[in-house]
Amino acid sequence: MSEPSPEVHPLEVRDLNVAYQSKVVVWDADFDAPAGKLVAIVGPNGAGKSTLLKASLGLLPIASGSVLFFGQPYAKARHRAAYVPQRESVDWDFPVNAVEVVAMGLYRRLGWCRPVSRKERDLAQAALAKVGLGDHSTRQISQLSGGQQQRVFLARALVQDADLYLMDEPFASVDAATERAIVEVLRELRSRGKTVVCVHHDLPTVPEYFDHVALLNMRVVAQGPVETTFTAENLRKTYGARLTLLEEAAAAVERARVMTRHRP
Amino acid sequence: MNPARLLAILFLLITLGVGGQTPRALAAEPSHTSKRSLTETGIEWPTQEKLWRTVSLADYNTRVVFGGVTALGAAGGLVGTFLLLRKRSLLSDTVSHCTLPGIAIAFLVSEALGFKDRSLPLLLLGAAVTGILGMASVAAIRARSHLKDDAALAIVLSVFFGLGIALMVVIQQLPTGNAAGLSHFIYGKAASMTAGDAQLILYASLAIAFACGALFKEFKMLCFDTAFAHAQGWPVLTLDLALMGLVVAVTVIGLQAVGLLLVVALLIIPAAAARFWSHRLGITLLLATGIGAVSGLVGVIASALFPRLPAGAVIVLAAVFCFAVSFVFGAERGLFRHWLEQRRVGRSVARQHLLRALYEWCERSPRSGKVEPPAQLLDRPVPLEALRTDNHWPESRLRSLLRLGRSEGLLSTDPAGNHAHLTARGKIEARRATRNHRLWETYLLRYADVAPQHIHHNADQIEHVIDPNIVNELEELLAGRDDVLLVPADPEQPQAQGTAGGLAS
Repeated sequence: MSEPSPEVHPLEVRDLNVAYQSKVVVWDADFDAPAGKLVAIVGPNGAGKSTLLKASLGLLPIASGSVLFFGQPYAKARHRAAYVPQRESVDWDFPVNAVEVVAMGLYRRLGWCRPVSRKERDLAQAALAKVGLGDHSTRQISQLSGGQQQRVFLARALVQDADLYLMDEPFASVDAATERAIVEVLRELRSRGKTVVCVHHDLPTVPEYFDHVALLNMRVVAQGPVETTFTAENLRKTYGARLTLLEEAAAAVERARVMTRHRP
Repeated sequence: MNPARLLAILFLLITLGVGGQTPRALAAEPSHTSKRSLTETGIEWPTQEKLWRTVSLADYNTRVVFGGVTALGAAGGLVGTFLLLRKRSLLSDTVSHCTLPGIAIAFLVSEALGFKDRSLPLLLLGAAVTGILGMASVAAIRARSHLKDDAALAIVLSVFFGLGIALMVVIQQLPTGNAAGLSHFIYGKAASMTAGDAQLILYASLAIAFACGALFKEFKMLCFDTAFAHAQGWPVLTLDLALMGLVVAVTVIGLQAVGLLLVVALLIIPAAAARFWSHRLGITLLLATGIGAVSGLVGVIASALFPRLPAGAVIVLAAVFCFAVSFVFGAERGLFRHWLEQRRVGRSVARQHLLRALYEWCERSPRSGKVEPPAQLLDRPVPLEALRTDNHWPESRLRSLLRLGRSEGLLSTDPAGNHAHLTARGKIEARRATRNHRLWETYLLRYADVAPQHIHHNADQIEHVIDPNIVNELEELLAGRDDVLLVPADPEQPQAQGTAGGLAS
């Protein structure tokens, strides 16, 4: 499926197995995120997409296998990776405002017990402006819309100035303005040579937003450039023969062909 | 800048103010009195002299106990806020119940070692040990079984407390008969505190406040987004242990004053009350600390004046009073504010409905077919019955709307009650409301993708929210639509008034 490459990828997952109790969720997953690309991980519900990310980051115990960030274990390369969790993973009714949440991305750089100073606040403010929330910085987070909350999380990752961004469903149930803002940020990151890995659920937008794709259903069914990998055949292998999904997939593949034809 | 740090300084001042006099004060007092309780033999009502001595803090002992319990309340509020935000409120109740066997075992040990006096530090050490054991048991049950949090808490609480009760019965049957003071740990008795006990509480509270100040940002991140903290490489388990360690510390030093049954209130109620007032963590912490301190002070004063009154219960009641006030009047999330807001929105929507209904009736019913100069469009009396049926308002709704309109000086009704006249101000407002509404409507249609997050019906004018260029575009759009008669002129711009007709034609 994927032959080992001599160059060092920002993210390399080898034979990863993750299980909840005795139920296997990710099974012998092999996955590479090539440098400077926008990579989508797609697959049906319960395919282990989020689990793959979380296990890579050490948030879930790994049954077997290895994960390397820039050729090193995560503990050694933490400063080069930033994580955007799912919006639902926190309680937004928490007494902090947007800029304070973004500043959390700088806590590790600050170190133990050192308080957030003006410098960190300014950096956080700049990151908020980048996602289009510059004038929402003192808004209590529960007063933000779902899309704006998602962008706050994105800003918290941006402020870390990492080389690899791991995002768990950043486009899940967000408004159109947020989707545009996120896409813009992704492209800006790519233009600066950063690598982004997104768990993604919306098949039709895959060819438009991403360069690389990994199709996951417990194990990695296929991975590679969108043009060659995002095919009806591979999607059928990933999603099974569910009719509605196949129609959607066919449309998406068609769209991908059109897009690649127009690509320089 | 960092409120938790400010608090640490505040604690330091309290400590210096109260505890700083220790050497002189202790020297002034014969050593045997240091064990004398604040007021062990009480009469029902305090004499005037005693009242004065208490309030003026004449006794060193009173001062120290006051300082100790106040600091305890403050520390409880501080740690409790983090505990509340960590969503582990009930853990503190379990921990406090788990301290009982520790106290009993420590007492048995000190008896066995032949200590004559009850040693508070030893008893509290025992309490802390079994408190931590209890907490570890909860964590172990949670991690190693399918049981949920609440079940783990209930199991551990009852097992440890049952063990403690059994040991207490054993102790009461010991020949030494030294066990009387132990029941104070269950129900709390601030009055039985010695100066030494109070000082221990004071210094421990200071240390707790200092720890909270130092770990302010770490605790904030831990409580908000544990997974992120973990991914960032923070030792989440250690941070959690530190927080829970502080909870154990507050619980243990609160045992004597408040009692293990009620110490949970000291942690949770001030924090819960403070949440009604602010959306900022720092301010919430300060308020919780203040509410805790005041509650502690009230409790200990009551206990000094009325020795039979259980201080713990009074402290909790004082905190509950603060909670009730916050619940109703809290500036950010209180019921009263919520009600006011609902009322305000309701009135503003009703006002706009009324004005638009009047405007639209005038617009729909041109007088005698001739084209009307737009400036006089709203001059006519509006028949109320038509207004009511056109808008499907029940009679009562119409009456309340008219009352609202009259009270705001927007309209007057004729004596027979059949017609409404817009006042000069009412006309301006009716144009404004209608214009705003139609522009918003058009905006929502035209910019369906971004509009929902901008729609802001309370904004007096669309220009306050939306870019003026877009507003211009919308006005042109509206004017171009055949089925829309006109956008009423912007009443804020007098020169535009005349051009409203121009837009229509």
